[in-house]
Amino acid sequence: MDIAYLISLAVSLLTSVAVLLLLSIGLAVIFGMRGIINLAHGEFVMVGAYAAVRLTQAHVPFALSVLLAGLMVAVLGVVVERLVIRRLYDRPLDCMLATFGLSLILVQVVTMLYGATTPGLGIPLGNIKIGSYTIGMYNLLLIVAAVLAVALVALWLKGTAFGLRARAVATSSGMAAALGTNTSLVDTGTFAVGSAFAGLAGGLLAPFLGVSPSMGQGFIGEVFMTVLVGGGNFLAGTPAAAGILGGTKNILSTNLSPVLGQAGLLLLAMVIVRFLPRGLARGLRA
Amino acid sequence: MVHPWVNAQHRRRAKVLFSIAVVVVLAALVAGCGGSSGSSSGSASTSSSSGGGNEEATGGEPIKVASVLDETGELEGYGKPMSQAARLAIESINEEGGVLGREVELENLDTRSDPAQTTTVAREVARNPDISMVMGGITSASREAIRPIFDAAEKLYFYPVLYEGGVCDKDTFIQGDTPSQQLEPLLKWAVEHGKNKWYVLAANYNFGQISAEWVETYAKKFGAEIVGGPEFFELTVSDFSSEIPKIQSSGADLIVSLLVGPAQANFYKQWTASGLNKSTTIVSTSFGLGSEQVVLGKSGKGVLSAFPYFEELNTPTNKEFVKKWKEAGYTDTITPGAIADWNAWHLWAEGVEKAGTPEREKVIEALESGVEYTGPEGTVKVDGPTHHVIEPMRLWEDNGEGGFKLIEELTPTAEPTFEQSKCNLIEEPNTNQQFTPSE
Repeated sequence: MDIAYLISLAVSLLTSVAVLLLLSIGLAVIFGMRGIINLAHGEFVMVGAYAAVRLTQAHVPFALSVLLAGLMVAVLGVVVERLVIRRLYDRPLDCMLATFGLSLILVQVVTMLYGATTPGLGIPLGNIKIGSYTIGMYNLLLIVAAVLAVALVALWLKGTAFGLRARAVATSSGMAAALGTNTSLVDTGTFAVGSAFAGLAGGLLAPFLGVSPSMGQGFIGEVFMTVLVGGGNFLAGTPAAAGILGGTKNILSTNLSPVLGQAGLLLLAMVIVRFLPRGLARGLRA
Repeated sequence: MVHPWVNAQHRRRAKVLFSIAVVVVLAALVAGCGGSSGSSSGSASTSSSSGGGNEEATGGEPIKVASVLDETGELEGYGKPMSQAARLAIESINEEGGVLGREVELENLDTRSDPAQTTTVAREVARNPDISMVMGGITSASREAIRPIFDAAEKLYFYPVLYEGGVCDKDTFIQGDTPSQQLEPLLKWAVEHGKNKWYVLAANYNFGQISAEWVETYAKKFGAEIVGGPEFFELTVSDFSSEIPKIQSSGADLIVSLLVGPAQANFYKQWTASGLNKSTTIVSTSFGLGSEQVVLGKSGKGVLSAFPYFEELNTPTNKEFVKKWKEAGYTDTITPGAIADWNAWHLWAEGVEKAGTPEREKVIEALESGVEYTGPEGTVKVDGPTHHVIEPMRLWEDNGEGGFKLIEELTPTAEPTFEQSKCNLIEEPNTNQQFTPSE
């Protein structure tokens, strides 16, 4: 088989996995640490995407726009956590309802501000030729970014005092409070970190996936599957889930058809969750 | 555990909560009775400041019509300009004296890109005896869901969007183009320009599937080879990474795109990023309906699309219309769907004037006898026996700057030839089916 074809297939597979991982890591952090199901996660990504697009169109360098997008969605996360989530930590169903309502509001607010269709960004960085095939450089960047995202989360978790407290609160918030941790502040911070990654993902993927107010609704299903299949340990589980699910979908799409790829991902997720209800890698929470 | 109403404080609290509950329920009942789901734009502004009596619609009760479109949700890029065009059309009809001297009252209903909501709204409209005509449905899936509802209620129904062709129904008038009018001249043009290795991409529902059948039919007819696909994608798919290497290895020189919706529009972007847009042409009959050219900017450069209308059409009538659109405060790009919607309202108005009554059977007869309207896209004519329209067809190229460049006037009168060969509702009024190439 043509080696160039194999390379381009491999890049395509890794890109699909990277996209899924980038979209999921923020939600995985929040779900893994505090058990919160944020149904507005797709819209957080969308807000990040819009932020990056608008900033870049205002001549802010793209890389900076992405970072600022992450920051802005982190702030949004703080606001949402303080107003909505903090009352619902032990009421997961109500939390889903509340965040579902939030997602509808966010979609409509963005539509009111920017209309249903808005000019997007072109995919930067061009492409390189390998044999008779070309590979987009941005695909490679996304793959690297996904790896970096997981590394950053690990760094936060294991290498910072904040991360240490977050782990403590996730394991046993009562005990952490008794030992002097301001648990409500840590909760807000954890939610903000997850939101920041959602915003960063939105910014990075804005050129690749395009921006529209309802863009979140297109991938939220797969993201949920990835987070649940990954389990509470998002450092190991979520990348594994993204790899297995994203990889399966990509391979089936390439060799059979895109519809079967999508179906395959969902079917595989169902099977895994059936036999491993806690996901691939159990986390800190009991 | 102590019973909640054991002491006076608890009793008071219960009373307060109960009264609040009663008020909320009453308020909900009042609000519910007031309107139907979605916004009701009552009588469009009859600017009575124009003074002269013959500018206003004054004679008799208003004629009620309904517009059922996805103004929010995934499909709002399609639905919002169309509903704006509907409002503008009704306003403009009323400003010119209404229909038969009567004002037209538009009920604008949003189906939120939700199939369940679409059927609910359609049933409500069908149940309402005062509504003389309903225009709407965007995706072919929603059209086929609501068409039987309107048939059963004997409601006159207009469908204003390009589609996969073949619908033959006495109560339905199609204002959108069929493959005979769009795909066929587009693919013929492509073959004449040396593109005969085709790769087909389509949205995975009836429009994409049947249109893909048509592409296969035309490939045989024009001697082209389908080297890949038809590949079908769910409307939510936005990551085409798995497709790019496949298209690259197929040796295709033409990509036929029947992709629909904002998520699938990312294909064009990812294709451009792969650099292969230089060696492969993309043609489409759906590109531009949702203002994809605006969203894609330079990533859309070079995509060829066949539609009767884009905002860039350089005629005095259209320049007037664009001015009117902007003066109404609409900032969205005028899409082909918006113009089809505009045309349809005017054709219906002509039909009612000719019939002398908004009553369904008489209007159908009048429309079947041949009604025409000249508007921003040119002259549009109802094709009596098929209930479709004969209208101009043009070839456009995305200029990479959020707009289109007119490449060629393919024909001033594109006819629905397949439908004409299968469907004659004047001679066989009881026909009610959709014809596809495989029948």
